[in-house]
Amino acid sequence: MNFDDTPQEAEFRATARAWIHANAPRQYEEDLRKSSLGRTQLKNADILQVAKAWQKKKADAGWACLHWPKEYGGRGASPIERVIWQQEEGPFGKLSAMFIIGHGMCGPTVMAFAREDHKRTYLPPLASGEKVWCQLFSEPAGGSDVAGLRTRAEKDGDEWVINGQKIWTSGAHYSDYGILLTRTDPNVAKHKGLTMFFLDMKSPGVEVRPIKQASGASDFNEVYFTNVRIPDHQRLGEVNDGWNVSLTTLMNERSAIGAGVATGFPELFDYCSSLMLEDGPAIEDRAVRAKLANWAVKASGLRYTSMRAISALSKGERPGPENSIGKLVAGSMIQDVATYALDLQGAAGVVSGPEDAELAGRFQAMLLRAPGTRVEGGTDEIMRNIIAERVLGLPGDIRVDKDVPFNKIPTKGRN
Amino acid sequence: MNFDFSDDQKQLRDQARKFLAEKCSPKAVRVVLDGKAPFDKELWKGLAEMGFLGVAIPEEFGGAGAGHLELCVIAEEMGRANAPVPFSSTVYLAAEALLIAGSDAQKKKWLPAIASGEAIGTLALFEGKGNPSPKSIKLAAANGVLNGVKKPVPDGAIADFAVVAARTGSSGRDGDISLFLVDLKAGGVEVKSLTNLDPTRGQAEITFTNCKAEPLGAAGDGWSILTQVLDRAAVLCAFEQVGGSDRALEMGRDYALDRIAFGRQIGSFQAVKHMLADMYVSATLARSNSYYGAWALSTNAAELPEAAAAARISATQAFQHCAKNNIQVHGGMGFTWEFDCHMYYRRANAMALGLGSLSYWEDQLIDRMRKKNAA
Repeated sequence: MNFDDTPQEAEFRATARAWIHANAPRQYEEDLRKSSLGRTQLKNADILQVAKAWQKKKADAGWACLHWPKEYGGRGASPIERVIWQQEEGPFGKLSAMFIIGHGMCGPTVMAFAREDHKRTYLPPLASGEKVWCQLFSEPAGGSDVAGLRTRAEKDGDEWVINGQKIWTSGAHYSDYGILLTRTDPNVAKHKGLTMFFLDMKSPGVEVRPIKQASGASDFNEVYFTNVRIPDHQRLGEVNDGWNVSLTTLMNERSAIGAGVATGFPELFDYCSSLMLEDGPAIEDRAVRAKLANWAVKASGLRYTSMRAISALSKGERPGPENSIGKLVAGSMIQDVATYALDLQGAAGVVSGPEDAELAGRFQAMLLRAPGTRVEGGTDEIMRNIIAERVLGLPGDIRVDKDVPFNKIPTKGRN
Repeated sequence: MNFDFSDDQKQLRDQARKFLAEKCSPKAVRVVLDGKAPFDKELWKGLAEMGFLGVAIPEEFGGAGAGHLELCVIAEEMGRANAPVPFSSTVYLAAEALLIAGSDAQKKKWLPAIASGEAIGTLALFEGKGNPSPKSIKLAAANGVLNGVKKPVPDGAIADFAVVAARTGSSGRDGDISLFLVDLKAGGVEVKSLTNLDPTRGQAEITFTNCKAEPLGAAGDGWSILTQVLDRAAVLCAFEQVGGSDRALEMGRDYALDRIAFGRQIGSFQAVKHMLADMYVSATLARSNSYYGAWALSTNAAELPEAAAAARISATQAFQHCAKNNIQVHGGMGFTWEFDCHMYYRRANAMALGLGSLSYWEDQLIDRMRKKNAA
């Protein structure tokens, strides 16, 4: 048992570190370090532009999408090299947030199902950040139940005509392309009538409307499709096999190991170390210490769980299922941590303006963003189902709509 | 990075699991649970023969000289099997205290006897209610004799010798505490068995009256040695708790698959599935924290105090959580004497107290994290 790199890994790390040291936009390092959930911002700079510039610089030097093949804009690196890169990239990795969907989900789907010429055309600019992609799955009527989606695709010659609405599309407002899951046959069971496409987000008939979140920020959008035409050669996978195609996408969503999930613990520990209560420093208060200790072991447990997965990668093995706990644990933890940080401030905790609030309102921002973490990318409940079914081997839910044609499934709970 | 046990260590774990599955069935555990024997003597003998008792004891003192990582994997299996033997008191507490502070003669006398299964040892630390602290130690040592009462002492009624924490000064500092070795079969000792939460591991009250004792380690070093012993034991116990958590989770999972209610497997209800998923989360966090503790223990790293406290808290929570909800999954049957669920529930809750309770370790963890940050 050790934490050492193999000689090969050490060499790769040294090369990566040297390149990052020489090339990273270090004028933003401090701002990025201070960023936490719900609050990532740069002083005097547009984060989108900074992120795109950093991604392009990485791509030009062969440091973008490390695990992708070279011909598609990657480096052909091993999984462990990808992890080492992430460790070395450190706070600058936060600049990749706008590319996560494209690189983590859209790219792998295109790679698995698109025509070769499309792959060579579309993947390199996706890797370099010159083109941004989004993922159009969720709908008002299909969140956790993705296969319940209703957006229609109807064949018209060599084209498909799309009508419907998507929701919760991250970054649709700055995306160039998207992968789109549609219903092509409503007369069969819901999983059997879906088809996947990719499309130009500037196509006529696509309308993007930002969603104003509970936090007041707008990271997500509604996307409306009115008679949008997509050529058949932009279909990903067979007609009506979209569900299987989407599983590739979703499997990739949770495969990013080593990126580390935010728990809010380091922020809370620092805060309690400096905060003075009536009877002395907060961290010397017994009640505070008990709370901190309970969160400390969750945060360290997640950290070491991720190290176990990295060790498996280092040995060329597939990581076990342990990593599936990350988002489930971190999501509610960061919500509780934020709530407690405000509790410690008494009535003053309500003040949230950066000029008046403690630590520039970091915990208020965390509190307001945290509910989304427990929903996006699989709700807490879906994550528990996944652990119960795939890890523990418990039976799947009884699906009352399984063999029912989609257009016969009830659409209202009460009339 | 190789943050995992080696193939040899995993093989040792498989070997221990197979051995315990054969020699330490729930039926065997029940012999001790029902009070028909103070501990499983046959199993103890077998553990000695397998080399498990002395796995971390150097060869020159009769052990296998393997190391603490090997001891961790065996500890996990002992916890999984709920073994009714004085393994933790003898191996984690007494042997570790000797390894840290024993003279050559003391090690030669006791360590080979531990490895061969001839001697059972323990640590006599507590004196009634409360968590470990120099203040709580009142038992007096003067002129080579001890006077006072220790309780509860784990496996005290079956132990051959004890490491005893005693007061040798009254300055109010940690240096007031010294450790002593006592042959419990010699005079000056009165032992009384105590009924306790987990009858598969005994607890005793030991009264020392002008009892002869030899110093273990330098005078005044007692508290510092004790802290190290408790940290090491915290990691080793965490592995037992991880083994117990996994077993309780498996029992719950298996029952959820077998039991039919409302015309379907109860494991198909989300209320049950989610409870089991949460148990898996706790057990996984505990395992990962414990691995870090194992690394720190085996390399004697400066991180050990913090790692030990984190492993202790996380594994204690996980075992309590898994043992409690295993009963819940079983419904009424889980609450019967006949089903094995309560054996893990008892063990989980007894282990949560043995080295000092959760609130003590929470306090320790924060102290140690602050120290690290300040450094």
